[in-house]
Amino acid sequence: MDFQTRSMRLNNARRKVTNYLVSGLSILATIIVIVPLIAILFYLIYKGASSLNLAFFTHIPAPVGEEGGGMANSIVGSGIILLLASLMGVPIGIAAGVYLAEFGRGKALATAVRFTADVLNGVPSIVMGISIYSLIVIQQKHFSALAGGVALGIMMIPTITRTTEEMLATVPHAIREAALGLGVPKWRTAISVSLRTASPGIITGCMLAFARVAGETAPLLFTAFGNQFWSLKLNEPIAALPLQIYVYAISPYDEWHRLAWAGALVLIVMIMVSVTLVRIVANRGVLKGGS
Amino acid sequence: MLSTVAAAVTPAAAPQAGNAAASPIRDFLSRRGSGRLADASFAAIMLVCALSIFAIVLFILSILIVRSHLSLAQFGWSFFTRSAWDPVSGDFGALPFIFGTLATSFLALLMAVPLALGVAIFLTELCPQPLRAPISFLTELLAAIPSVVYGLWAVFVLIPLVRDVIGPFLVKFFGWTTLFDGTNFGVGLLTASIILAIMILPIISSLTRDIMTAVPNSQREAVLALGATRWEMIRIGVLRNSRIGIVGAIMLGLGRALGETMAVTMVIGNHPNISKSLFAPANTLASVIAGEFSEATSDIYLSALIEIGLALFLVTIVVNAIARLMVWAVTRNAPARVQ
Repeated sequence: MDFQTRSMRLNNARRKVTNYLVSGLSILATIIVIVPLIAILFYLIYKGASSLNLAFFTHIPAPVGEEGGGMANSIVGSGIILLLASLMGVPIGIAAGVYLAEFGRGKALATAVRFTADVLNGVPSIVMGISIYSLIVIQQKHFSALAGGVALGIMMIPTITRTTEEMLATVPHAIREAALGLGVPKWRTAISVSLRTASPGIITGCMLAFARVAGETAPLLFTAFGNQFWSLKLNEPIAALPLQIYVYAISPYDEWHRLAWAGALVLIVMIMVSVTLVRIVANRGVLKGGS
Repeated sequence: MLSTVAAAVTPAAAPQAGNAAASPIRDFLSRRGSGRLADASFAAIMLVCALSIFAIVLFILSILIVRSHLSLAQFGWSFFTRSAWDPVSGDFGALPFIFGTLATSFLALLMAVPLALGVAIFLTELCPQPLRAPISFLTELLAAIPSVVYGLWAVFVLIPLVRDVIGPFLVKFFGWTTLFDGTNFGVGLLTASIILAIMILPIISSLTRDIMTAVPNSQREAVLALGATRWEMIRIGVLRNSRIGIVGAIMLGLGRALGETMAVTMVIGNHPNISKSLFAPANTLASVIAGEFSEATSDIYLSALIEIGLALFLVTIVVNAIARLMVWAVTRNAPARVQ
């Protein structure tokens, strides 16, 4: 065997070993990632489920040292804040998405809006919190549910804009042209044809944005602030589930830790159910209108 | 193209509308002209909503500058190079927090990037088809878990783990590097970096997977046809083609790590401290705002915290902008995907 053949064989063996080595490493990486992530999920479910009871949903927090108590006010408070946020974020987000997909095709302005939305998506939520604090809370001189809703609403806009645009882009041009060919005005085409055809995807996008802000704590710290009592007024500090979990998690009391786990489970279940449900409904086509 | 179709239709429709016929279609077409004002106002409303995204960014920037002017005026640029943080005497410098943010983000990337790349390679190139969907669904589910829940988990599971298992192990084998000196309370830079790594992993791996999927199969086939092994195919055919996008994905993870607040606040120990030891409690730009904002009693204290927020805003904007451009460069022509 001459030198060249031998070195080629050696080289081939080396290449094979590298191939197996890298494949093994990537499988190992996946296991290293997946196992702890499943562990986190199961630990959450285990701790949360063992701490959850009916009082959690019906009672307000008990004073320090007393057993029991729940987070009824936080659940309702989160609902109010999220409703306010959706009222603000969903229409603006969808409208901006409609502009990008229906009116802005190929325009430099649309590219700039798209890019800014993506960048805005990456702005830390705590920055959003102190901006709204600086704008609303300092003016009003007190924390309020309204400020919390505005902070979360702004955070919803970029996500909804981008998903709406992406969904509208999947609507075939032929459908729009058919509507326009019948003499339907452009605004009517956008609403009744494009938006309606893309509605499953757009609703999914809204739910994803909703789920994302539902767990946000940092923007609420200095806007909604939290409240140990019942409060439904938009003009007063209001309790929120993620805030309450944070306060209880860093507290020194076992009873509060138990409630924090229960709260985390409720929050996760709410987020995951909404995300999964929308996916299923969208896939089954129940929401499919128009087309 | 659409507008030309519309324009072609309108003149044809107009003369027909003159014949007053009972046909509902003709009736409808005759009222077509009234859409013009509606069209213009609809387009204007959509445009205003789109422009509001610019307005939000400008508003955040201006309000943060206005509210931090006290601190901007008093400390100037030296705010970012001084390590004093003394609320009592009103002397503030952001260096400890910049150090904390950079150290935790760097360590988190160090841990997360190789693993995320491994997962992405596994999912796109090696994974058997039936496993692909569940694993990607799981990683995306984990990206949806709120920061405060990761923080809760870290407080009760990760802190004891670092204190009793990981810490002693590192001291035993890597104690000579002096990176693990000092008492290990379980809270500090190391714990914060680990939880950050766990949180940014799903983001980096799912983006990288998208980018690698966007590489056309002909590239893979061409490399394989030259007699390459699978790894050589991945390295030459896939990774080389998508490297800009992968760097972008890593930078998006970095952007997330820089601004991550709740989980970090809960485990970092919240102490303005520049120490070589990874066990030392520290503070990041985001966590100092979360931890001290409600205690800020004097105007200059509040102003200094808002200036930290301003710095965080500008840094994440720049990091995200660069990252987005890189990801766009690779995936622009790939099919759209709901995140």
